[in-house]
Amino acid sequence: MAEEKKYKKPLPRIDEENKPFWEACARHELYVQKCRSCGKLFYYARGFCPEDLSSDLEWVKCSGKGTVYTFTVTRQNQSAGFRDSLPYVMAYVELEEGVRMLTNIVGCKPDEVKIGMPVEVTFEDATPEISIPLFQPTAK
Amino acid sequence: MSIQGKAAIAGVYEHPLRWAPHKTQYQIMAESGRGALEDAGLTLKDVDGLFTSGVSGMGIVSLAEHLNLNPSYLDSNSIGGSSFVSHTGHAAAAIAAGYCNVALILYGSKWSSDRFAIGTGGAGGGDPSEQFENCYGPTTVGDYALTAQRHMHEFGTTSEQLAEIAVVTRRHASLNPLAKFRDPITVQDVLTSRLVSSPLHLLDCCMISDGGGAIVVTSAERARDLRKKPVQILSAAESCYHTSAGMRDLTDAAAKQSGPTALARASVAHKDIDMAMVYDSFTITVLVTLESLGFCKKGEGGSFIQNGRIGLGGELPINTDGGGLSSNHPGMRGIFLVIEATKQLRGECGERQVKDCQLAFCHGTGGTLGLRHSGASLVLGI
Repeated sequence: MAEEKKYKKPLPRIDEENKPFWEACARHELYVQKCRSCGKLFYYARGFCPEDLSSDLEWVKCSGKGTVYTFTVTRQNQSAGFRDSLPYVMAYVELEEGVRMLTNIVGCKPDEVKIGMPVEVTFEDATPEISIPLFQPTAK
Repeated sequence: MSIQGKAAIAGVYEHPLRWAPHKTQYQIMAESGRGALEDAGLTLKDVDGLFTSGVSGMGIVSLAEHLNLNPSYLDSNSIGGSSFVSHTGHAAAAIAAGYCNVALILYGSKWSSDRFAIGTGGAGGGDPSEQFENCYGPTTVGDYALTAQRHMHEFGTTSEQLAEIAVVTRRHASLNPLAKFRDPITVQDVLTSRLVSSPLHLLDCCMISDGGGAIVVTSAERARDLRKKPVQILSAAESCYHTSAGMRDLTDAAAKQSGPTALARASVAHKDIDMAMVYDSFTITVLVTLESLGFCKKGEGGSFIQNGRIGLGGELPINTDGGGLSSNHPGMRGIFLVIEATKQLRGECGERQVKDCQLAFCHGTGGTLGLRHSGASLVLGI
């Protein structure tokens, strides 16, 4: 009998500031924000520009490509969801657009991950509403 | 207005227990307070300023009630492990401003006997940033490991160099009767301890213990007539550091802002400092903090900590009590940085005493290097 696998990791709490980001992720698209007033590009999503507090923002669609800025192979985490995924790779990926985001590297063995490694976004569908952006080694 | 010359530490007390399942958090704080007031030659009736952190909700009011105090100045800011270093500076400022006369700073925690999984328990919370982090499995160890990995990549820092910090700290702990772990360790011991979150091994990480402590701050004038030699609070500074809207450099710490500010406010230079208490949640915390404070250049922390420089008898002895890596770490150990520095300046450290100790530097880090953290710096002098 096929058993429904329940997603046990923490889910983001959708609010007015981050909603468009997560809605895009649900469509398997990665967006960052840019301030129309000062031109600053930033991550994570918020309802104002962290440079000048302007609300005149635009969403910039990312290429989904980047490189590993730093990472750690986590071997111990007692919390539900991650306990069963050990060891897993948590990393900061520097997007082509210039910002760094925390993520997981999947699609390769943990010990194959290196700083500078080219990666591309992939999405894990956690619930019908929420997909989590992850990164995997860029297809050659 | 400068606080220099206005306030002094008149009394300190470090609770001797590292495991206290039979006591409450409030009891540990009360016992610590009694110890520090006795050290100063003061009583609870003298106290009109109360400082604490790590008590839930409006815990400082409950603490005041529990102690039957009606303080005229209250501060329970919670910025993590640096809180009590910050409180010491705030207390000095409040005293300089005449808002209170005798400040009691208290900390007590049972994170060990309450089985609070600090390092590897995963994260939870409702902060905006956390909606972009918690889904990826951050742990305290993992968050610091992100910084360690980047530092190694950029500057060639090695696991052996990080291990050296744990080894020196353990040597200091072996001279501290209160320290929890006192048996010497080697670099090899650190490297062969299990990897918790690469590149950090178990012995790169602080312990989890119960514990507590207290500090009494009063005016420099009043401190002169009390039981112990006053320790002058020469300056204080604070800062925080975070993801910087996606643009942060992971090899910098909040210490880069607060450290030089504190030194400048005290009108002293790095070379004048006789010993430093540097928050050691992890070995990498020490290395990055020393660089950010400016005791060495960025990227040179790995070579700086070698050749006995940070050990007793070295140029800059650090964490002479054994630190969080070996003495105690009840979750937020900022208070112990100030307590040990005070004892060193008063020449009370016995076998681990730093010779001719006149100027000490304390730097607390609260939170996590890899995500967001606070920093509080303090210059103390005799």
